[in-house]
Amino acid sequence: MSVQTIRNVFSVETGYRLSDDQIVNHFPNHYELTRKDLMVKNIKRYRKELEKEGSPLAEKDESGKYLYLDFVPITYMLPADYNLFVEEFRKSPSSTWIMKPCGKAQGKGIFLINKLSQIKKWSRDSKTSSFMTQSTKEAYVISLYINNPLLIGGRKFDLRLYVLVSTYRPLRCYMYKLGFCRFCTVKYTPSTSELDNMFVHLTNVAIQKHGEDYNHIHGGKWAVNNLRLYLESTRGREVTGKLFDEIHWVIVQSLKAVAPVMNNDKHCFECYGYDIIIDDKLKPWLIEVNASPSLTSSTANDRILKYNLINDTLNIAVPNGEIPDCKWNKSPPKEVLGNYEILYDEELAQGDGADRELRSRPGQSLGPRGGRSRDSGRTVLTTWK
Amino acid sequence: MRKAQGSWEKRILKSLNSMCTELSIPLARKRPVGEQKELLNKWNEMGTDEPVLDLSLFRPVYAPKDFLEVLINLRNPNYENGDSHSFRTHLGLIQVPLKVKDIPELKEFFVELGLTAGQLGVDDSTQVPPELFENEHVRIGQKVLSEQDSAAAQQYIRQGSPTALRAELWALILNISSQPEDILYYEQLKTNVIQHDLLVDSLIYKDVKLTASNDDYYFVFEDYLYQVLLCFSRDTSVLGHFAYSSASPPKSYIRGKLGLEEYAVFYPPNGVIPFHGFSMYVAPLCFLYHEPSKLYQIFREMYVRFFFRLHSISSHPSGIVSLCLLFETLLQTYLPQLFYHLREIGAQPLRISFKWMVRAFSGYLATDQLLLLWDRILGYNSLEILAVLAAAVFAFRAVNLMEVTSLAAAEAVLADLSTLKVMPLLQIFLFATVT
Repeated sequence: MSVQTIRNVFSVETGYRLSDDQIVNHFPNHYELTRKDLMVKNIKRYRKELEKEGSPLAEKDESGKYLYLDFVPITYMLPADYNLFVEEFRKSPSSTWIMKPCGKAQGKGIFLINKLSQIKKWSRDSKTSSFMTQSTKEAYVISLYINNPLLIGGRKFDLRLYVLVSTYRPLRCYMYKLGFCRFCTVKYTPSTSELDNMFVHLTNVAIQKHGEDYNHIHGGKWAVNNLRLYLESTRGREVTGKLFDEIHWVIVQSLKAVAPVMNNDKHCFECYGYDIIIDDKLKPWLIEVNASPSLTSSTANDRILKYNLINDTLNIAVPNGEIPDCKWNKSPPKEVLGNYEILYDEELAQGDGADRELRSRPGQSLGPRGGRSRDSGRTVLTTWK
Repeated sequence: MRKAQGSWEKRILKSLNSMCTELSIPLARKRPVGEQKELLNKWNEMGTDEPVLDLSLFRPVYAPKDFLEVLINLRNPNYENGDSHSFRTHLGLIQVPLKVKDIPELKEFFVELGLTAGQLGVDDSTQVPPELFENEHVRIGQKVLSEQDSAAAQQYIRQGSPTALRAELWALILNISSQPEDILYYEQLKTNVIQHDLLVDSLIYKDVKLTASNDDYYFVFEDYLYQVLLCFSRDTSVLGHFAYSSASPPKSYIRGKLGLEEYAVFYPPNGVIPFHGFSMYVAPLCFLYHEPSKLYQIFREMYVRFFFRLHSISSHPSGIVSLCLLFETLLQTYLPQLFYHLREIGAQPLRISFKWMVRAFSGYLATDQLLLLWDRILGYNSLEILAVLAAAVFAFRAVNLMEVTSLAAAEAVLADLSTLKVMPLLQIFLFATVT
């Protein structure tokens, strides 16, 4: 179902009621996570809550930055937070910021700025504001641009990772092992003269495929396993392991952040497309979460990947190929995971007493497991708590 | 052998010269200053900079299959085959009777790959607890590195190298240390590239664009490949390896002075004319080294130690001729039914496996598997493992191969090796098959 249809299905007016044997592929209010402004709002709220509770997760360093929860670049909503933004901008006037429309995808409408004058029309007091509809369609977010992305072969890339959520409360999510990096076709440069060259800065395939050097055989896509091999070989195992641990952490925290506000309808599951950028200090940043990640393919390998993705997703959401019953406990047997691995299972984690994430060594297949003792021989214990 | 190599070289050179005359492009020319400046600016992104000449005019000087035809026709004039229909007739394509190892000899040679020893590529998989082998192996690796013991490293790496230690271990085994003079030397080569344009440069561009640029694993490193290969072709120190190779570097003459030895120069300066797929020798190394001068040194050393044997005709046990013969002999001896069947349907196994061996499997295996394979090449200082792996792949897919009825179908069965795990395959073939 498309997000459009989901809106209709769950809208109060239409009066649809899903029966027990109907499962749909979106949560009713997925936009809490997948709209850029709401995602940031929810994460900010989650952080404040943890701080209030005195949770160790919300610990800050001397400069006031969250130690464990600083994974979204500084972001403001426009026009609402315009003045706050200006304050921040003036603190480092040579910085670059990226403007993104809240409700669009595929890189549409995104541009970079490094001068306040470039976004005058979003200023609240501007004379043009009366012309602008205050409807959410025109809303933008502005984030600090990560101008020091990790480069490989001199090019910028981002990570597209697929995460399947079968339920938010208790949180049960799965990470697809075959994520990929999307490379720009043009060498990266932070030079201000190239700020409007989208081929340098935006990794969306929808944009890159119009570039001169776009290659239809690999489509600029590089398997995450290659990234892992490259980083381990050139930077060492510990920092690579730490990076991937952090990526998993970021994803789980973002899901935890929206879990309380998500309508955890038992008819729903959802496969998200997470976009993550790694900077040159090997820190991952969450850029956005997509509710309808592209399932079309740009290359032959891509087609195989997406096919398997859909297949594995459906195997977990609707196991055994039988008529589904939404009342089932949503705990699929290990054999059907396919290329997914359990990212976080709240029930299991709490049952353990310790906050452990059950993950096999990333990049390797999850075979049928023997007893628990075998698991602990292989599970990488996180350094999380 | 040397005669054959000599005539093969003549052929290549003729092809290169005729391309040169056809396209009216000089073999070498000095770049105008403006062009030099431009190239210097674009040094790091040559992949996106179309060279001045239209690449479609160029053909690779030769492809592996051309080379195979030459090898197939090698005959030793001193050798009498006797009764050509005897039981011991060699069914394969190579008709030169070189001595190759059989499985018992290979088992002895590759003893560290045996079933009782731990291996990376087998014993680091999910099901095996790391305490059993992997942790200790990593610890030993770190010790070897801290002692900087090259011989120990070579012995150690026979059981595979941990990913994080591989770059350093290879450098240690190949005796590469990045001294300032090495970096300076590389910079000097770079200057040579900027100042002069060679015809082979276009061949290199073409090769990279045809192979690595389209490869899912290596396209990211396209620019590094140009940087390495363009410098490589100007590196006269590579000429040193011709002392122990059966090949000789091609010579060219200054315009108008054909035949006059005083005006002969080696062309290209390093004496190596690239063929289709040459850039794939460099590509996997990009996963290990991201510093251009180090990447360059490692590649050069790998070339003069190993890769040159894969495209020159010699009787060396690691030479391509011996590898082909080893492959065919293994297959014929241990999988005679399969061999016979494939031969009958016109699908001589060597025709399929040749390209794997010439490229040392680069571009055919997944990179992590390829690196495990190249670990063993370094460890055993021999390329024979390529032939053994090729035979092991055929053995693995034997059931499907027995059912095919054409060369095309056989190629299809063996088209995709990217899911294979090399160490288990090798172990099964060498140590676990009932002979």
